[in-house]
Amino acid sequence: MAADQLPNSHEDLIILKPTHGLAALNLRDLWVYRELVLFLSWRDVLVRYKQTALGATWAIIQPLVQMVVFTLIFSRAAGLSSEGVPYPIFNYTALLPWGLFSKAMNDAGRSLVNNRNMITKIYFPRLTIPVASVLSGLVDFGIAFLVYIGIILYYNFAPNSTYTFTVTPALLTLPLFIILALVATLGVSLWFSAANVIYRDVGHILPFLTQTWFFLTPIVYSSSEISKQWQIIYALNPLTGVVEGFRWSLLGIHSLPLPLLLVSAGVAVVLLITGLIYFRNMERTFADEI
Amino acid sequence: MNDTVIHVENLGKRYRIGVSPERYKTLRDTIVAGFNAPIQKLRQRSSNSLSSIGPNIIWALRDISFDVPRGKVLGIVGRNGAGKSTLLKILSRVTEPTVGSAEIHGRVGALLEVGTGFHPELTGRENIYLNGAILGMKRVEIGRKFNEIVAFSEVEQFIDTPVKRYSSGMYLRLAFAVAAHLEPEILVVDEVLAVGDAEFQRKCMGKMSDVAQEGRTILFVSHNMSAILRLTEETIVLDKGNLVFRAPTAQAVDYYMAAGFSGLGERAWTPEEIPADAAPFTPLAIRVRDSKGQIVDTFRSTEPFRVEVEYSLDQSITGLRVGIYLLTMRGEYVFTSFDLDDPTQFDKLGIRQEGHYISHCTIPENILNEGQYVLAVNASSFRVKRYFWDDHALAFTVDATGAPGKQWPEPRMGPIRPALDWVIERL
Repeated sequence: MAADQLPNSHEDLIILKPTHGLAALNLRDLWVYRELVLFLSWRDVLVRYKQTALGATWAIIQPLVQMVVFTLIFSRAAGLSSEGVPYPIFNYTALLPWGLFSKAMNDAGRSLVNNRNMITKIYFPRLTIPVASVLSGLVDFGIAFLVYIGIILYYNFAPNSTYTFTVTPALLTLPLFIILALVATLGVSLWFSAANVIYRDVGHILPFLTQTWFFLTPIVYSSSEISKQWQIIYALNPLTGVVEGFRWSLLGIHSLPLPLLLVSAGVAVVLLITGLIYFRNMERTFADEI
Repeated sequence: MNDTVIHVENLGKRYRIGVSPERYKTLRDTIVAGFNAPIQKLRQRSSNSLSSIGPNIIWALRDISFDVPRGKVLGIVGRNGAGKSTLLKILSRVTEPTVGSAEIHGRVGALLEVGTGFHPELTGRENIYLNGAILGMKRVEIGRKFNEIVAFSEVEQFIDTPVKRYSSGMYLRLAFAVAAHLEPEILVVDEVLAVGDAEFQRKCMGKMSDVAQEGRTILFVSHNMSAILRLTEETIVLDKGNLVFRAPTAQAVDYYMAAGFSGLGERAWTPEEIPADAAPFTPLAIRVRDSKGQIVDTFRSTEPFRVEVEYSLDQSITGLRVGIYLLTMRGEYVFTSFDLDDPTQFDKLGIRQEGHYISHCTIPENILNEGQYVLAVNASSFRVKRYFWDDHALAFTVDATGAPGKQWPEPRMGPIRPALDWVIERL
């Protein structure tokens, strides 16, 4: 036997019996199958743009068009403030994490059901499917981020632009906010993907939930529009913290709203942990119920 | 190291079957059930009924215990719905048992269906890596075996073509090739040999015997008795979720083929024997009648007999064909015939309306040799769906008294015994 195989020793003993009560999280399984997670996300990325004429250009077009539309409606027509930053930049900075979140929530929410033929035929840790689905969103996020750099450069060097991008130490904290975005996304995705196995209602909820959630998140407007006494409740939406973090880190808009951020991060972590527990508990009947 | 690699103890699996299995549970159902639960609990307490014995609950497996020593090739046979697939699903960790336990030493590779996890948009190369990863192989391991896998599958020229453009034969070969190069200590195989052409099946069988000779443990489910006889040393027989027999394969196959044929010359299907996805097709019964119209289980080979398949359709089905397969006791096919084989009939009956039907045909005299035969039933729409399949529907015996050549009391080789017009010319 080659040494590089999964559970590779003869000593490996698996006991199969009915489990009761709260399931163990057993994240080691996920680590053992980490290559499968990468393969599945790689598959999701490949398949997303196969047989499309524009290919990965779609990852550029979607947020760009959204930004243009929002600029026309909310900045020109509705006259919302953008904290002294050109509205397109202000808006696009929020669309970056929002795009990651909304896409992953919708893809991952349906991921288990879409892969039902695998789930009913082969054993592998079921967690790999929604996790891979969320991770595959990072590729689109990366592409959208390149566009972001392009927009910044344009505003810096366009002849009649009044905006200059300043590099601050806050930029170094950006990875933390990306991780926070992933934690929130994964938490929500685990809940929806597992629930969708049993309740197909999830498929109907997701589109309009996405829409509502969009307006509950400070994407087209600034969170300073929300009055002081509601700020903490507003921060229960984990995306609020993520978006504010992105704006603070990338644009240096006002000071970091620490309490708001802590509440959002707390909610995101709670979502992830409860999502994992829920997923694990539902997992044992996936093959029978799906 | 002749120790036990699989130890199964009192294993059972219970399924809830809904009244209409098509419908998914909705949130509303849960909410309604939540409100009703306390009321039902009260009712149950008063009537003292056991909640587990309801009309919607079936035990797919019950009280199964067995051990498999390392290096053994164990066959598993049983009719449709006997619980074979459920057993393999539990042992390959796809689903959990309801009661009992199983201990497994070593990596389990399951071949419950070849090509699972293949994505039609991805190329052959991409699918090899993906499928390998799903089956539990590491990237380096797949990389090392890549050329071998491609060579085995014989799809070299198309390796960078999306598999949706493959013929079904190519698709199967590639899928089996990946799975066959997995190197688990325990291989679980469910009926992969039922698909593909003869050449492919020969290749699969060859690969399976290689694996067996390397001393790995194999659990092999098949309806093909000659494959079971060729590959396995010992076989267990499942019937309605119970383990009813375990013996060296030859004995177990004889037991299985001979046992369980209820009514003489007639077999009716009970609702739990009919898989849910057979709808809207409901098989009712298969019968054999002699030339006088009697339902019997023994025929003279010198007389014709009639085979009837009775069924009902809840909805009309386009392109439905109902047919029979005639097999020997060892599972070798003698012939296949469908009720729409005649092209003019086929044109007339393109859509079969809902209703109650009997499709019957006459097997002419002087076709079958003496011995025991098995009839299998297949109801399908070609390349669309196989509604129902029972490869062990009914057995009958042929008596060759008075058949050509019977003046010599010797067994004649082969399943057919035609009366040929011999001419002896003296030159």
